Amino acid sequence: MALRFTPLQVLVAFLAATALAPLVLPEFYVTLLNYIGLYAMVALGLVLLTGIGGLTSFGQAAFVGIGAYTTAVLTTAEALPAWLAWAGGSPWLALAVGLVITALVALLVGSLTLRLSGHYLPLGTIAWGISLYFLFGTMETLGGHTGLTGIPPIAIFGWELDEGREIYYLIWAFLLCAMFTTRNLLDSREGRAIRALNGGMVMGEAMGINTSRSRMVIFVIAALHAAASGWLYAHMQRFVNPTPFGLHIGIEYLFMAVVGGAGQVWGALVGAGVITVMKQWLQDWLPRFFGAAGNFEVIVFGVMMVLILHRAREGLWALVARLVPLRRAERQVPVADALERKAMPDRGEVILEARDVTRRFGGLVANDGMNLEVRAGEILALIGPNGAGKSTMFNQLSGVDTPTSGEILFRGRKVTGMASREIARLGMSRSFQHVKLLPAMTVLENVAIGAHLRGGKGVLPSAWRLERDEENRLLAEAARQIERVGLAAHTFDEAGSLALGQQRILEIARGLASDPCLLLLDEPAAGLRLKEKQALGDLLKKLRGEGMAILLVEHDMDFVMGLVDRVVVMEFGRKIAEGLPDEVQRNPAVLEAYLGGAE
Amino acid sequence: MDFQIALFLAQDGITGGAIYALLALALVLVFSVTRVIFIPQGEFVAFGALTMATLQAGQTPATVWLLLGASAVAAVIELWRQGRRGSLATTGWRDAAKLLLYPAAVVALTLALPLADLPNIVRVALTLAIVVPLAPLMYRLAFQPIAEAPVLVLLIVAVAVHVALVGMGLVFFGAEGTRTEAFSDASIAIGPLDISGQQIWVVAASAALILALWRFFSATLYGKALRATAVNRNGARLMGFSPVFAGKLTFLLAGLIGTLSGVLIAPITTIYYDTGFLIGLKGFVAAIIGGLGSFPLAAAGALLVGLLESFASFWASAYKEVIVFTLIIPVLLWRSLTSHHVEEE
Repeated sequence: MALRFTPLQVLVAFLAATALAPLVLPEFYVTLLNYIGLYAMVALGLVLLTGIGGLTSFGQAAFVGIGAYTTAVLTTAEALPAWLAWAGGSPWLALAVGLVITALVALLVGSLTLRLSGHYLPLGTIAWGISLYFLFGTMETLGGHTGLTGIPPIAIFGWELDEGREIYYLIWAFLLCAMFTTRNLLDSREGRAIRALNGGMVMGEAMGINTSRSRMVIFVIAALHAAASGWLYAHMQRFVNPTPFGLHIGIEYLFMAVVGGAGQVWGALVGAGVITVMKQWLQDWLPRFFGAAGNFEVIVFGVMMVLILHRAREGLWALVARLVPLRRAERQVPVADALERKAMPDRGEVILEARDVTRRFGGLVANDGMNLEVRAGEILALIGPNGAGKSTMFNQLSGVDTPTSGEILFRGRKVTGMASREIARLGMSRSFQHVKLLPAMTVLENVAIGAHLRGGKGVLPSAWRLERDEENRLLAEAARQIERVGLAAHTFDEAGSLALGQQRILEIARGLASDPCLLLLDEPAAGLRLKEKQALGDLLKKLRGEGMAILLVEHDMDFVMGLVDRVVVMEFGRKIAEGLPDEVQRNPAVLEAYLGGAE
Repeated sequence: MDFQIALFLAQDGITGGAIYALLALALVLVFSVTRVIFIPQGEFVAFGALTMATLQAGQTPATVWLLLGASAVAAVIELWRQGRRGSLATTGWRDAAKLLLYPAAVVALTLALPLADLPNIVRVALTLAIVVPLAPLMYRLAFQPIAEAPVLVLLIVAVAVHVALVGMGLVFFGAEGTRTEAFSDASIAIGPLDISGQQIWVVAASAALILALWRFFSATLYGKALRATAVNRNGARLMGFSPVFAGKLTFLLAGLIGTLSGVLIAPITTIYYDTGFLIGLKGFVAAIIGGLGSFPLAAAGALLVGLLESFASFWASAYKEVIVFTLIIPVLLWRSLTSHHVEEE
């Protein structure tokens, strides 16, 4: 049998190599490793922002510049303004000030540009990246294009880090710390919210995730990583000028993240390493080949990027990871106390009420004066031919869409116009007609997204693993719901590997994990086999027995008629019938809608 | 500032704006048909201007070798593709040879012509013949294999192509900037204003090109087919209009616009190997003001950018670029505020 190692053994070997490197390597390679560490820190921010959050930024170099210039000004200026004098002279105070300034700038820039959708965002980052770069070059206090010199080295308890071998340890301590916290963050409640940003925004909002907050969180974190890298850079170089903070370097950082594997924490290190070493190597080699000076390496980088995006969009880390002989870890659901539950409403209480809901799209009236109510301990089916407006109704009830007129009451409270995450907080949960889950995440993690609102620990506790108690309770709850819907055998499978019918069931488990009193299910039985349908029917009956209100849209009449208490029939956006299943089945208007007019 | 300076600045601004308008139109066109945000647009401006300058100096521009090299790569890919399909013997060699025919002819022409003694108009034609075909080749090599990828992936590829081309620009033309000879030395004095012949050329040529494009899109079958592709790629494909052809045609048009812009402004501004990027980005600011979809709005945006740049260079010349690029943010913000609700990307 081939030799295999546990992740811990590999990690210890890596750390030992990192610690020993400067003792055995020549000066030149230590410098190279210093640069790799600095670049990897920025690339790590981009992994979080671009690879995981799906927000592309070309402007990270500007944040590196803010970190570098802040410390350069504070540690070299002879006369600081009075209100800043306390921060002068000390690199460590300058780091704190730099991080605060960066966070403020990131909040400002973020609030201006993060609202931008799709491709507007990267274009916006190009714009502010260029603006900040030109500011560095034109402001008098920053030394213009010549920059600032005479930056002191960083001192730790009187030990001055003025050699490459010394600052090496500080740089790599910062980097490893950033990688550790980023990994922890991604494997937490906040991390699941962040991972939902890329392709799961509507779903995330419906589960109570504030997606604009999550976008801002990763934007600020990425900016802070960049600023810390800039601080280290300034004290390593001992001078700063605007060149390393321009847009072309910002593009290079993005290349590092993409080359390494934009979705992976280790990808940042691999990408920064590959690009930095290649750059060094190409800068030596290409000018000899071309017989002239110039930055020819960018030609190779450009072509390499195109090839990687054509052929291996996962990046190089995916290839490296295959080479490391890792032993597969056994995964287990943590054992933890159950989460608190909200009190269920009394049976028969009106949970959801729609009053004269009308929704127009231009000239089309998708819903026209719709009325319906759902009570606790009742299953109501909303049926109708294709195009009757059922899904539009569903989206309005759950806050994904807003009615043109009319109002929606949830437990007696008006929820018209509220965001879907606010409605989720009140105790409504839903599934989607076109399944919306995160295919690369496990079934357990997907269901745990449903429990998002039942935890409250934020970014910092998650980054330092101080929220394990709550996290375990959330995962245990998710596992309980998975077992309840009968998917326990798939707990650790990737959600995308499940059959479509099972994915629908997963959505129900995710909805249940939020501890709702109303469940909106959009075609839950589509794609299920007979046995699975029976199991689903039994589950819904059991939930009804516990006092839950359920509204379902369904086309499978056998499934509906044997299960539900009441039926509302829609056609052309209007309610044409309402009543017990038997009555509705005999209603001439309904027969006409489904079978065409009997002439 | 007195009235005369204001007029002078406005004149400068309009000249710049005309070029940005052309570039903005090309960007809107490329984005709406192929979903590629055409960052390398600026390189066509720079390559056009610098190829023209090299021709005027009587030397062979290195861009012809780029044309030949890129075509050779495309030919090799074609051979490989057809080899895998098993059609190498029947059509493979023929198709690959066809790809090399045009660049070989251009190389031969460039080497045969007495470059130093050519009339300017022939040099312009030769510049276009060399630089413009690089655009469809770029589409073939970089974008066609991933035509269905998300916009963001296409954007990163576009940036990568831009970076590679800037590197090549430095190799081809060196770090020195160049200006070319003006098309005409005439100038017209209107009151206090002194308008140079080249400025009239820029504005007139831009206007003519915009008009020609408008005719192309409203009155020709290919123009209409491109518009149809922009609205619905699959629909256009089902009607027999190949999206690959649409992509190449669009890139050809964008390459033409970029190269021509470069040739037009080269006598007015000094062009370096990397100047194109900033010029292209200003075209972007204009295109974004138009929401990357509307031609008239993009043209209006271009005029605004040109005027803003020219007046900013008078009031706060150090902050000129900061002002122009910061303008984009309120515009983007307004754009994104007008569309609400959470969207998937």
